[in-house]
Amino acid sequence: MAEYQNIFNRVQVRGPSYAGVPLREGSWWARAGKPFYLYTFGKLGDAQVGPILLGWTGVASLICGFVAIEIIGLNMWASVNWDPIQFARKLPWLALEPPPPAMGLRLFPPLAEGGWWLMAGFFLTTSILLWWVRIYRLARSLRMGTHVAWAFAAAIWLYLVLGFIRPILMGSWGEAPPFGIFPHLDWTAAFSLRYGNLFYNPFHMLSIVFLYGSAVLFAMHAGAVLATARFGSEREVEQAVDRGTAFERGMLFWRWTMGFNATAESIHRWAWWFAVLCPICGGIGILLTGTVVDNWFLWAVKHHVAPSYPQVLPVVTDPALLSGGPQ
Amino acid sequence: MSMLSFEPKYRVRGGTLVGGDLFDFWVGPFYVGFFGVTTIFFAGFGTALIAWGAAIQGVGNPWRINIAPPDLSYGLSWAPLREGGLWQLITICAIGAFVSWALRQAEIARKLGMGYHVPVAFSFAIFAYVSLVVIRPLLLGAWGNGFPYGILSHLDWVSNTGYQYLHFHYNPAHMLAITFFFTNVLALSLHASLVLSAINPPRGELVKTAEHENTFFRDTIGWSIGTLGIHRLGLFLAVSASFWSGICIILSGPFWTRGWPEWWGWWLNLPFWNGQ
Repeated sequence: MAEYQNIFNRVQVRGPSYAGVPLREGSWWARAGKPFYLYTFGKLGDAQVGPILLGWTGVASLICGFVAIEIIGLNMWASVNWDPIQFARKLPWLALEPPPPAMGLRLFPPLAEGGWWLMAGFFLTTSILLWWVRIYRLARSLRMGTHVAWAFAAAIWLYLVLGFIRPILMGSWGEAPPFGIFPHLDWTAAFSLRYGNLFYNPFHMLSIVFLYGSAVLFAMHAGAVLATARFGSEREVEQAVDRGTAFERGMLFWRWTMGFNATAESIHRWAWWFAVLCPICGGIGILLTGTVVDNWFLWAVKHHVAPSYPQVLPVVTDPALLSGGPQ
Repeated sequence: MSMLSFEPKYRVRGGTLVGGDLFDFWVGPFYVGFFGVTTIFFAGFGTALIAWGAAIQGVGNPWRINIAPPDLSYGLSWAPLREGGLWQLITICAIGAFVSWALRQAEIARKLGMGYHVPVAFSFAIFAYVSLVVIRPLLLGAWGNGFPYGILSHLDWVSNTGYQYLHFHYNPAHMLAITFFFTNVLALSLHASLVLSAINPPRGELVKTAEHENTFFRDTIGWSIGTLGIHRLGLFLAVSASFWSGICIILSGPFWTRGWPEWWGWWLNLPFWNGQ
């Protein structure tokens, strides 16, 4: 029984390393690095590490990402007077903040007042977009579909809404989140409070549904595959074009459990859309906040979805409802 | 008969945990089994109680239904039906239905000669639910610490409970849970995309292979976890998200009563920093 549970590889075979599927004619960047094996990686999955195909987009993306992290890190270090001990001690609290609201959408504010933030954002965005081009081209050079690139584009959408599109619509870079571990959490909480509790934002609701739904789907899919691994279920492409007993059992498992089942191909379409709709809905929710809707709680009251509770505390007027307050 | 073309040969007797052959049959596509009967009982009874609770409150709008737990003054005792007793019964029904569902999955897995990965994974989700409505209320000494049953009202509870600890994002177990949830979405999108991109190559190309999938990831980041490994990773990420969600709320109250930002003081006060 236990050997079928498939938590770890119990045997690792070491054959000649695999150089990878030949690239399309005319690609002048060769794969780099001599492949080697890591025993711990082999416990979980494939043990072979490398080779890697960097390409000019990969190199440029890594350089831009490095520059962005340097700008962020050096600004944080400067904020503790270049004290290395305090830098390590306070690192989770340190931030590189966007320009103050008074700077509006100025492209070149003083460096200490958001200029560095804009520069870091520029390099990080360039790095991310170059990485997108890279994975699109890698898929094409292997003559595969470009599904990975388009899923990545959904995540880029959320990133751009937060740091670029919404700040432009609001007329100030100061609307964007800071770089920093705790500071970006503070920004998130303050953002939710400022706009009347983001839980009432229907697109935030949908985004969380797809976030949790993705966990449910991955557990269902991965669980079913691992539970049928001794029948060869991990050969999903083969199972999609020529179904075998592994996926027949997995399909019947769900059919008998909940009256409905996917197939070897369609489960990945369900998964793709759940994963992709999480940042897409999240981005829409952020984009509408402050631009179209100022207070999501009042929005929910207006549309009769906010629950009412028995009055157990003294009546207090919501300051947001007083004249002069933001409506 | 709502059976798939290959289904009849799999519909065999046996594999049940309870009840022998008594409930060993199908209704349409659904397998029944002893735990199918208990699932129907608990799910049906619990749903009816929610509907009845909404009806006696005069709430017809599904978004605004709210079945609240008893007042804190009831402690761990039973409350009258209209004052939280319904919530207590519904909680029992929910746990009964979830556990029945997991055991039914185990029976179906046995019938199909499969491992128990799915019911084990589902039990982590049950753990997260039980943490919220049983473990934490027990530790705090009142059922009133459970969350109310309602689409919007449970969101209010999450909000209010979070702000009781000033800023819940600073809860380290909450950080882990969110990290696992986000990483799970990332891994799911990468896995699903990769398989779809191999099965759906550009027009005129042949369907690709696992070698192409591995090569794509080695070309991109220098390592491919492989077709079996990605499912191990996915199950681990999904299950960890549930597990740390349960832990993060059990910690809040029974084991930490102040603001979560304050918790991080230990880091600032490590002797390593030389008393600075």
